[in-house]
Amino acid sequence: MSFVSFENVSLSYAPGGANAIENVSLNIREGEFVAVVGPSGCGKSTLMKLVSGLKPPSEGYVFVDGREVGGPLKIIGMAFQAANLLPWRTTLDNVMLPLEIVEPFRSNLKKEKAKYTADAEALLAKVGLAGYGDKFPWELSGGMQQRASICRALIHQPRLLMLDEPFGALDAFTREELWCMLRDLWQQQPFTVVLVTHDLREAVFLADTVYVMSKRPGRILVRKEIDLPRPRSLDVTYTDAFAGYVHELREHIGRIRES
Amino acid sequence: MAVKQTTLIKAAPWALTIAIFLIWEVICSGLKIPDYLMPAPSAIWASGHEYAGPIMMHATQTLFTTLAGFALAVVVGMLLGLAVGASPLIYKACYPLLVGFNSIPKVAFVPVLVVWFGIGTIPAILTAFLISFFPVVVNVATGLATLEPELEDVLRSLGAKRWDIMVKVGLPRSLPYFFASLKVAITLAFVGSVISETVASNLGIGYLMMSASSSMNMPLVFAGLIVIGVMGVVMYELFALLEKRLTGWAHRNPNAPG
Repeated sequence: MSFVSFENVSLSYAPGGANAIENVSLNIREGEFVAVVGPSGCGKSTLMKLVSGLKPPSEGYVFVDGREVGGPLKIIGMAFQAANLLPWRTTLDNVMLPLEIVEPFRSNLKKEKAKYTADAEALLAKVGLAGYGDKFPWELSGGMQQRASICRALIHQPRLLMLDEPFGALDAFTREELWCMLRDLWQQQPFTVVLVTHDLREAVFLADTVYVMSKRPGRILVRKEIDLPRPRSLDVTYTDAFAGYVHELREHIGRIRES
Repeated sequence: MAVKQTTLIKAAPWALTIAIFLIWEVICSGLKIPDYLMPAPSAIWASGHEYAGPIMMHATQTLFTTLAGFALAVVVGMLLGLAVGASPLIYKACYPLLVGFNSIPKVAFVPVLVVWFGIGTIPAILTAFLISFFPVVVNVATGLATLEPELEDVLRSLGAKRWDIMVKVGLPRSLPYFFASLKVAITLAFVGSVISETVASNLGIGYLMMSASSSMNMPLVFAGLIVIGVMGVVMYELFALLEKRLTGWAHRNPNAPG
């Protein structure tokens, strides 16, 4: 039984308008790390809105955890290219924001404040932000803000993490550091990840399965399983097997862009 | 060098003000301009000293009407701004009316208020209110309406209700806009109350200036003008300070990373 499944899903934002994505079918296992790549404007972000229940599909069905998605799902964490931390809250308070909204945390927040604070601090420590909890977001570098943003996406222990180009605005070295951070988080405490990205190396390094989407209207053209041994270190990115995967995906993207 | 620069910046407003008064004084006495045309600062000072009692009394009245009108403007402006910013429907419905109303010169509205409430304190308060609530509405609404869509997605995907988003994000986010509007609104409120006192009152700095000018007591008229100006600056600074205290995160050090 797959954890997330799309059955012939299409979505157009205006009724009767052009489809943003068209006839998408895919299945994601629980605990699978999925990357979605494609040219810009191919509807990758639309995919996220569908999974998270922010938009209902125009046609077809979206199932998460065996049930049809009919509204916002609380088992999802999200992070975007912009960290979007609230500047009037400290980093720790930013990370704990979902606990003020999602049940059962919301009701227990007063009682369990100390435990939740400890959890959040532990999570911050895991991503290398120990001691930065009482700093304000604007006192952090871009990479640190993004780490905090991912902590916020994970604090309520979601079973599905949706990432929309989370490392897109970072420099190359910081980006590779954050790949490893995400890899470690995912391997310590398995959850399902859907990572939308432009970066093929990022997709191959992190994912179990890479989907290539076409230009608008977005369709799934290729499903590629990445059969590299885990745990993967950054060294793997210099192997022939890795280069082979990236090269193959790059050729698909090239063909899409020409068409 | 750096210390010198900051002291210079701190002293600049005082230096400029004093310089202007000095030049004014020199021109008035040099060209022998009579007091009933353009009083010199020394004459204004003397007049202010002579009429200190009445000026204090009228200034207190003006300060009271201004603050009352301003307080009304803050409450109404905040509520209306929240409604307009939170709901596109209310926004669409209210905006043309608000803009239209704001375009009416408030001095033209004072006679109407006088018919309704008689001359005196109430029209002054209401004029101060009418002239100063608009910037509050616009700023609060802007703060709410410019919420980042991704942040809204994050919260909505967690199951946040509109109210949650408003309280956790919308309100704090609109606070800097709100305080910025207070600084504008308080100075406008002085304009409103003095206009009304000038036209329809027997109390307040506006009235004092009207009666002084009708007896050609120009130094006293100018003393009144300066008192209004000083009150405006003091109130502005007060709200600027409050703004800095409460929303320091919005005026962060531009050299900080990120």
